[in-house]
Amino acid sequence: MSRESALVTADWAEQNLETPGLVFVEVDEDTTAYDGGHIPGAVKINWKTELQDQVRRDFVNKEQFEALLSSKGIGNDDIVVLYGGNNNWFAAYAYWYFKLYGHGDVKLLDGGRKKWELDARPLNKDEVNRPATTYTAVHDQDLSIRAFRDDVIKSIGSYNLVDVRSPDEFAGRLLAPAHLPQEQSQRPGHIPTAISVPWSKAANEDGTFKSDDDLREIYGAAGLDNDKPTIAYCRIGERSSHSWFVLKEILGHDDVRNYDGSWTEYGSLVGVPVALGDEPGQA
Amino acid sequence: MSTTDSCAAPDQSAPIPASVDVAKETVITGIVSSGDGPVEGAFVRLLDSTGEFTAEVVTSAAGQFRFFAAPGNWTLRALSSKGNGDATVAADRGINEVPVSVG
Repeated sequence: MSRESALVTADWAEQNLETPGLVFVEVDEDTTAYDGGHIPGAVKINWKTELQDQVRRDFVNKEQFEALLSSKGIGNDDIVVLYGGNNNWFAAYAYWYFKLYGHGDVKLLDGGRKKWELDARPLNKDEVNRPATTYTAVHDQDLSIRAFRDDVIKSIGSYNLVDVRSPDEFAGRLLAPAHLPQEQSQRPGHIPTAISVPWSKAANEDGTFKSDDDLREIYGAAGLDNDKPTIAYCRIGERSSHSWFVLKEILGHDDVRNYDGSWTEYGSLVGVPVALGDEPGQA
Repeated sequence: MSTTDSCAAPDQSAPIPASVDVAKETVITGIVSSGDGPVEGAFVRLLDSTGEFTAEVVTSAAGQFRFFAAPGNWTLRALSSKGNGDATVAADRGINEVPVSVG
């Protein structure tokens, strides 16, 4: 993968709003923004109610994913362009999801909703109805891009562990991003040996990704070893999808997994090692 | 509001949930305004004392934003189609009001 195959610019997107075979999909945890105005022709996916199992903490399974995409009018051969708010966090999460289930051609809109709005590009409230399809996932979940808690514990001290939360969350001074209340049940801190590379370092303030050279420089300076496999995590797995996208899809690293359990799981586990403070800590 | 399964910024015009103990939180809140009044839909970024990004929210219809931070020095940076602007705050526990002008 590369920047050219995984990302589209806002200019390109605006010129291709009517292109057949291209489906724009807005992904957010809260779809109020979509309802208040979306990219013309875009359908919406609610991250919380449509991409998560509604009882267990897990993803929708293959059959549920197929039913979802069929109902949204997305076909196996469509090129899917994902975008959303929150600097594309949930769109990046959905991108990872589409890859988990093997969708052929999926792209992220560089800068997402923020760049689109700051540029004052067109949004409308038109209802979008695409005829239903019969979507078939190419395979079940591709676990080469998903890490579970036991994978993470085994990789302490041997893989690159990349903590993409803010420095204060990494150190244990905050338990959640600063737009959320701080009362949480889990322990503060990070997985020992994890390097701190906040997701935001990979993005410009308008939400677009930094240049390939800048991205390589940022991860190199933080101590990422290009010869080792990498697992990225955050608090619930969506900010780390953004960093997974950078490492796997833009920079083209081979073995990069997203730990979607992330800190809300790891920080609640009994008996696992936890490091506090600004340093990675010892295995 | 459940925070465990959520990471997106909540509605900025909603009242602080009753479950949140404001005396223990360091709330940084304010209104983004331009020469024409409050700016809806501005992107407000909270930067720590080293200038590192910490969080971002989108202002409500009345231009409001709100962060739950920690005591210390913070910078607020607002981006909007009407222009950008910055403000700084030395925050303490409780409610810290910080207006941000853009243009």
